[in-house]
Amino acid sequence: MKSKAARFAAGVLALFVLVAVFGPLLIPYDSVSTGVADRLLPPGSTRSDGAFAPLGTDQLGRDVLAQVVAGSRVSLLVAVTVVVVAGLLGLALGLLAGYYGGWLDTIISRIGDMQLAFPSILLAILLAGALGPSLTNVIIALAVTRWVIFARVVRGSALSTRGREFVDSARVMGAGDLRIMARYIYPSCVQPLLVAATVQVGLTMVAEAALSFLGLGVPIDQASWGSTIANGRDYLASAWWIAAIPGLALTLVVICIGLLGDAAREGADPAKAVVR
Amino acid sequence: MIIYVARRLWQSAFLIFGAITIVFLVLRVIPGDPASLILGSQATPEELEALRQEMGLSDPLPVQYVRHLGEVVRLDFGESWRLGGDAFAGVVERLPATLTLAGYALVLTLLIGFPLGVHAARHTGQLVDRLVSYLSLTGQALPSFWVGIMLVLIFSRMLDILPGTADGTPQALVLPAFTLALPFLGWLARLVRNGTLEELGKDYVRTARSKGLSERVVFNVHVLRNTLTPVVTVLGLVLGNFIADAVIIEQVFAWPGIGSLMVESIVNRDYAVAEAAIVLIAVFYIGLNLLVDVLYFYLDPRITLETV
Repeated sequence: MKSKAARFAAGVLALFVLVAVFGPLLIPYDSVSTGVADRLLPPGSTRSDGAFAPLGTDQLGRDVLAQVVAGSRVSLLVAVTVVVVAGLLGLALGLLAGYYGGWLDTIISRIGDMQLAFPSILLAILLAGALGPSLTNVIIALAVTRWVIFARVVRGSALSTRGREFVDSARVMGAGDLRIMARYIYPSCVQPLLVAATVQVGLTMVAEAALSFLGLGVPIDQASWGSTIANGRDYLASAWWIAAIPGLALTLVVICIGLLGDAAREGADPAKAVVR
Repeated sequence: MIIYVARRLWQSAFLIFGAITIVFLVLRVIPGDPASLILGSQATPEELEALRQEMGLSDPLPVQYVRHLGEVVRLDFGESWRLGGDAFAGVVERLPATLTLAGYALVLTLLIGFPLGVHAARHTGQLVDRLVSYLSLTGQALPSFWVGIMLVLIFSRMLDILPGTADGTPQALVLPAFTLALPFLGWLARLVRNGTLEELGKDYVRTARSKGLSERVVFNVHVLRNTLTPVVTVLGLVLGNFIADAVIIEQVFAWPGIGSLMVESIVNRDYAVAEAAIVLIAVFYIGLNLLVDVLYFYLDPRITLETV
């Protein structure tokens, strides 16, 4: 049962990655080209130029399928970049804080506390608003709000590992701090870091969509699932598909990431595997 | 007790100071020159310089920061160029709408989540139990702004039984409040379920049963009271999250609260209002966290200073 759900999730995500990487080459999205005659066509319609619109068109006659495909690329790009940047930053700062402790730990942890003192989506909205709409700025805004989560996870692991015998013996053998961190502390942090990263990929996708929904995300000449949903909200009565389809795609992808993350966590935890 | 509260108060004050600092850094340093934003592109250099002097923008940043802290303490965030008048007053005016929404969402979460959790605990492995576990797994990851739009589509546009935007009627509360509550429904139900199962396995339940008490009395008198403590304490955290999530959900439903005001202000670069709104939300959030910790301490006599 569990593995069946995980396999399904893996299949959906593989499809999502394929569409995000190759889709825009096959179904290019043109934000400027509009056709007044082809406004708000329902899914399965044929456009006036004979082209097929399987998911319909929006209020300016732009193809919804092309928008969803273009949006998948933005979603994947933002989520992966944010998690990699925030993950590396969190790894470095978490290792430093956990391994050295003392004032360095105090400073890093206090900055983290301050940042977590208010909801991360608020900080992201604030940053994205101040920086202005662009793909890079969305990535910066979200990475700044996420590093703390990774840093906390890594710090915890580093803190519990640095007192172990093999670390002491490495130090006795003359290993430097850098070598100890890289060879002996880092491996214990990888597992929790990867679990946190899986969860954050899904949350980052939702956060990007939310920012674009509010008009603070990607600029208007790029399609994001969030901005397409925002467009569609104004045409709910006449064209439900504009808002429904990108949201459905987002929800499906995010739930599948959750399912896969759960499966990975259970598979990686030997204690849990024995119980089952 | 007093030492603990004092320590948490001090920590909260530090966090509020931190939040103000972060907001200052983001809003006053990143956007560049507020003077040219206010006057627009046609302004002459002399006009710009005069306004910078007037606003104190030509002082070094640390000086501006210290002066700014003093202003924030007096709740003086400056004037709103968009609404006219005091920025903080404009934000406070919008506060009741958000609090009503968050409060109603909290009631919904409790009324649905608690019975759902109890039911799941008494019938483990059955349909409701599985539903609760799926809802708790997926609920928090769902894009709630989209869920809200779909609820409008179904209940307002198709079935036409509930209003989709704030029109002043009490019914208008239902959809936004449910959208806010949904991510936390499964979460609360799961918490209640696990708490109830844990309590049911304890010795005092066996004692109560062996006294010959009926299952209903054992459950309602003994078990329920012990599961309530953690629930009461997390409700504060849930309320804080509602106020934060409302920033996006209010936009979906055109709800005239503090969240939609904040987003409009940021989009229109009305930073005085944006800052007043976000500082107010942060203070609420931190205050609720403080309240939860103190309440927890108060409700559970087993917790001592050493254990927290």
